[in-house]
Amino acid sequence: MKKDLISITDYTKEEYLRIMELAAGFEKEPNQDLLKGKVVASLFFEPSTRTRLSFETAISRLGGRIIGFADAGSSSVTKGESLHDTIRMVTNYADLIVMRHPLEGAARYAAEIATVPVINAGDGANQHPTQTLLDMYSILKTQGTLDNLNIFMVGDLKYGRTVHSLLMAMSEFDNPIFNFIAPDELLMPEEYKMHLRERGIRYYEHREFTDIISAADIIYMTRVQKERFADPIEYEKVKNVYILREKMLRHTKPNVRVLHPLPRVNEIHTDVDRSDKAYYFEQALNGVFTREAIIAHTLNLK
Amino acid sequence: MEENIKKKLKVSAIKNGTVIDHIPARNLFKVITILGLDRIENQITFGTNLESEKLGSKAIIKVSDKCFEDDEINKIALIAPHAKLNIIRDYAVTEKKVVEIPSHVEGIVRCFNPKCITNNEQITTRFAVVSKAPLALKCHYCEKITDQEHLHML
Repeated sequence: MKKDLISITDYTKEEYLRIMELAAGFEKEPNQDLLKGKVVASLFFEPSTRTRLSFETAISRLGGRIIGFADAGSSSVTKGESLHDTIRMVTNYADLIVMRHPLEGAARYAAEIATVPVINAGDGANQHPTQTLLDMYSILKTQGTLDNLNIFMVGDLKYGRTVHSLLMAMSEFDNPIFNFIAPDELLMPEEYKMHLRERGIRYYEHREFTDIISAADIIYMTRVQKERFADPIEYEKVKNVYILREKMLRHTKPNVRVLHPLPRVNEIHTDVDRSDKAYYFEQALNGVFTREAIIAHTLNLK
Repeated sequence: MEENIKKKLKVSAIKNGTVIDHIPARNLFKVITILGLDRIENQITFGTNLESEKLGSKAIIKVSDKCFEDDEINKIALIAPHAKLNIIRDYAVTEKKVVEIPSHVEGIVRCFNPKCITNNEQITTRFAVVSKAPLALKCHYCEKITDQEHLHML
């Protein structure tokens, strides 16, 4: 049976750990010719330069060849071809499909049609599992463990798919504590809090972004997006409340690291960039190693 | 009036088969489609807009010489949750059944999420039933929950 990666929950805890182990190996030696002679389709039905370059770097470092397109405008989609037909065609050409699509569920559907494995590089607001695995690798690298961590999530916890997936993945590990900091309009959805309650995992909700972060091991920042608010006045009220500044980190634990899926707007002040606790740019680099690991795992190359 | 309905039912009684009672009148034709009754050769009689204390107005279907598997009949549970089945042998009711909401729903329901792939391509919808009361269906594709309030049939 082919091994797709569509949602973060498609992987077991053992597979998370396997990816972490493989990623560490690729960090030591990024150039390994495991994909030699193989063709990977990189299908970006909506543009995402950051994710696409990360994947294509990973494929190149593994010695694979890339076919595909960087946005739907340069593909047969503009001629009205269905996703179904595009995938039926590409599955004959490639050994692996990496795809990003603006519609939710598109990757799951593509995986049902394709005879080769599919890796979801983002389907609308739904899932972006390779982001979550690189977040986990960043946490493991900076904390030395994925157990017993106090994780603060800040900003848009309602629509932010990265925080939802990270919560699901980290809840598989021992004894995590979650702290959610968000305005009323952007609270963590009930279904995720229920997931934590069912597992007996502690979580706390806060409106204020204050010195409570002194207990944090990880501070995961997200963007508060204007378009999420029905009332622009509400956005104006909260947009500057959830900004992390360097001075706020002074009384935090020495091991704390600030993560962000990027791109940031103003939610992390540039003065944080100088801090040893800022980790978001290294986090992005970890994405290449993690994606090499995911590709190797998916195609049973290691 | 209750007496009248009973009389009517007696008039159109079937010898062997299944009677599906307590279908909300507005969903009669959906039930017929879901069960594929429009594509079979069996004798079928139905009545609709009959008075019902529970439903206001109800419909009833009688299918001769047909028994339904539980999996098959449970497909109508979302649109006819109070439906009752009477299995008829030689004009007598030999068994009564109620419908149960299944653990998976295919087709039948539209995903409420306009950005779901199923609302943009020709795909049969698939849901896992994560809660029966109140009803909550999790889309197999976009993973969003469609609840009772947003429930629309295809």
